[in-house]
Amino acid sequence: MTTTTTLIANRKKQFSLTKLLLEGRAFLALILIIVVFSLLSPNYLTLNNLLIMASHVAIYAMLGMGMLLVILNAGIDLSVGSTLGFSAVVGGYLLQGVPINLFGVTLYPSVPVVVLISCAVGALVGVINGVLVARFKVAPFVATLGMLYVVRGAALLMTNGLTINNLAGKPELGNTGIDWLGFNRVFNIPIGVLIMVVVALILGWLLGRTRFGRWLYASGGNERAAELSGVPVRKVQVWVYVVSGICAAIAGLILASTLTSASPTAGNTYELTAIAAVVIGGASLMGGSGNVRGTLLGAFVIGFLSDGLVIVGVSAYWQMVFIGAVIVVAVLLNSLQYRRRRRARKSSTPEAPSPKTAERAPVAA
Amino acid sequence: MSVTDNPVVLEARDIVKTYGGTRALKGVNFTVRLGAVTTLFGENGAGKSTLMKILSGVEQPTSGEIVLDGEPVSFASTNDARDRGISIIHQELSLAPNLSVRDNIFMGREITGPFGVDFAEETRQTQQLLDDMQLSIAPDTLVQDLRVGQQQIIEIARALSVNSRILIMDEPTSALAAAEVAVLFGIIRDLLAKGVGIVYISHHLEEALEVTDFAVVLRDGNMTAHGERSEIDLEWIVRNMVGDNFDLGNPPTGYEFGEVVLSVEKLTVVDRENPERAVVDGMDLQVRAGEIVCIYGLMGAGRTELLEAIAGREPVAGGDILLEGRSILQDSIAERLDAGVGLVPEDRQRDGLVQTFSIGRNLTLASLARNLRNGMISRSTERTRANDLIRAVTVKTPGPDLPIGALSGGNQQKVVIGKIVATDPRVMVLDEPSRGIDIGAKAEVFGLLAEKARTGVAVVYSTSEVGECLSIAHRIIVMRRGRISAEFAPDVTKDMIMAASGEAAAA
Repeated sequence: MTTTTTLIANRKKQFSLTKLLLEGRAFLALILIIVVFSLLSPNYLTLNNLLIMASHVAIYAMLGMGMLLVILNAGIDLSVGSTLGFSAVVGGYLLQGVPINLFGVTLYPSVPVVVLISCAVGALVGVINGVLVARFKVAPFVATLGMLYVVRGAALLMTNGLTINNLAGKPELGNTGIDWLGFNRVFNIPIGVLIMVVVALILGWLLGRTRFGRWLYASGGNERAAELSGVPVRKVQVWVYVVSGICAAIAGLILASTLTSASPTAGNTYELTAIAAVVIGGASLMGGSGNVRGTLLGAFVIGFLSDGLVIVGVSAYWQMVFIGAVIVVAVLLNSLQYRRRRRARKSSTPEAPSPKTAERAPVAA
Repeated sequence: MSVTDNPVVLEARDIVKTYGGTRALKGVNFTVRLGAVTTLFGENGAGKSTLMKILSGVEQPTSGEIVLDGEPVSFASTNDARDRGISIIHQELSLAPNLSVRDNIFMGREITGPFGVDFAEETRQTQQLLDDMQLSIAPDTLVQDLRVGQQQIIEIARALSVNSRILIMDEPTSALAAAEVAVLFGIIRDLLAKGVGIVYISHHLEEALEVTDFAVVLRDGNMTAHGERSEIDLEWIVRNMVGDNFDLGNPPTGYEFGEVVLSVEKLTVVDRENPERAVVDGMDLQVRAGEIVCIYGLMGAGRTELLEAIAGREPVAGGDILLEGRSILQDSIAERLDAGVGLVPEDRQRDGLVQTFSIGRNLTLASLARNLRNGMISRSTERTRANDLIRAVTVKTPGPDLPIGALSGGNQQKVVIGKIVATDPRVMVLDEPSRGIDIGAKAEVFGLLAEKARTGVAVVYSTSEVGECLSIAHRIIVMRRGRISAEFAPDVTKDMIMAASGEAAAA
């Protein structure tokens, strides 16, 4: 035993450089991106531009962090882009006033109420996803793909496909202030970025320090073993989709506020960007490994790369090619990393000499 | 006529196979003769399946050589071995249930004509093959529509269709009804007459003796005995299989058992695929505090289902399970763990360990609430508890932060046991706790269980190795087809246990 352990320790030392490159790849990629674009454009590495880019990143990061929880659970949530659009539209709709026909009055909910309701809508989408996956055993890909269409359709229905352009509210009705999310700055830092930081801290704490976090990593790593250890795997599964939905809803409000309009088509294909951020951040799509820090880095890589390409004037078509290539390379490195890990495990763990016998095979009658 | 006159076709010389640090085969010699059945006997983990995997090209030996027709060969894959006339029929079926009998038989070697696959020719050949074996199955029947026994025979037909000279059968009768076994043995006799060499593996010793021409016994990776049918009998096989036992401990003594902790009453569990069939059939079982009960039985006797039902994994069709007089039937797995019932599952990789977790995190997973300080997981509490548990179950590791995969099988098993120990159980239920771990680790695992029993924990473990019944158990229960077929005190003999399980019914 001791020899095996020393062996592993040696191997670790031996590959430390490769390991460093692999594990810190998102960070290195980010630095590379910043250096290259700084050389190409004098406007890239300015405080103002960095903050603008960061507020773009915040949207991806919010979706990505929600997605991270789902991916840690070995699931996937394709509905986040639609949820983003839907919650934005719900927020916009509420700000226009809700006519209550019965009493002939129109309700103008205040901004905090609007935000809460929008988040609740995101949570509801998450509950539906979670129940479909955990209770009815629908494959996450299929369940959330269905919700991608349903939620997008609901958003389009709400506005008849039109964009809600007036989110300002009226001072006399007391529902102004949604623009605070997208435009205000505290200590010169955009609110969206601050919200991202707060959510990252909360989720980091949730994953690292709470029982829920441990349950999530355990059920993503081996659901059967987790269940036998008393982990409420179904409950955990529902909750990750709820958190993902709430994250998408917050992202929707920030985006709508930044654009001063709520479009029912907002966030189209953002689910893929979110998945990319999680994967670039080193999480395994098999579940059980990944962290918030990595996902944030992944979101920054994608955001800084695409904004950089815009700044240096690369055509939108080439942008797609570049970002796609980055995603593929990230996944490639992921599979290298996990294969190495598996190999290391395999060479140090003897499998049971006798194969798994079919204990459940029916007896001769 | 003596089978030693038959020509040797395949010979394995000094085969050694190591997995990591475990030596599964320690220099085994093995001979296959044409027109004869060579039967391999041995307990679980003796190395039978490993040897067969090497002979059929699934695995390569670490050292030693395989000689086919007098020439040393090495098989790169099963296809390679099959091309040279060696086919294996696995314990687990390897048919595609959604395809027809014909498609399965020609899977991977379809007959193609100018217009794609020549289905007519395939059907004709399949029909021919089935007729030869006197089977009334249509070639276009879907495999999923066949009974398991028929599927097994289709698997054999597939092996025959490639003109195998050597056919390896690994537990071919475990899923067969008596009538189907008779058909299979008829087929085996026909094959022998055609000069095919057969290697046969079975846990049903009695049954296997019926077709055996030459017997080889393996124990702990060594060949312990071999002999012709005329020279051997059941008693000879059992003696050589089990051997002089390594001391796995004695039932702990010097204390009184407490009250009945676990009470299973008329428990019935049905087969998930076939609710008509009860895999556990109205079982009654009482276990007292401090008592160790061993449950012995053959594959499919219902041991796993019984133990998983107690832990809450398997749905129960009837009866009741009481913990200290209170029914726990409606409780979830988590609630049963809290109440004091914990299961160490049979397959530790699949059900016992979270491979992405460190040793410490695996150890404390089932008792996470105890790592909390102010509602948060305290790293220092977690660390202290992990270190305590590592000492308590004697895991050999430099620390709790190593990945679980860095441990040997025996130490991994101790981690799974430690995880349950950490919950302060009243009842520990262990399904084949000794599977796939070496003999030294087995003794340690049993020592641990004896120690827990001393502190008043009720221990129930299952095993398919008769030697392990006669170690620490105060009481031995033999299960057969979902029922208790016998109950023994520790002074019972191995033969009596095996007889009660149906393994050696006529002995």
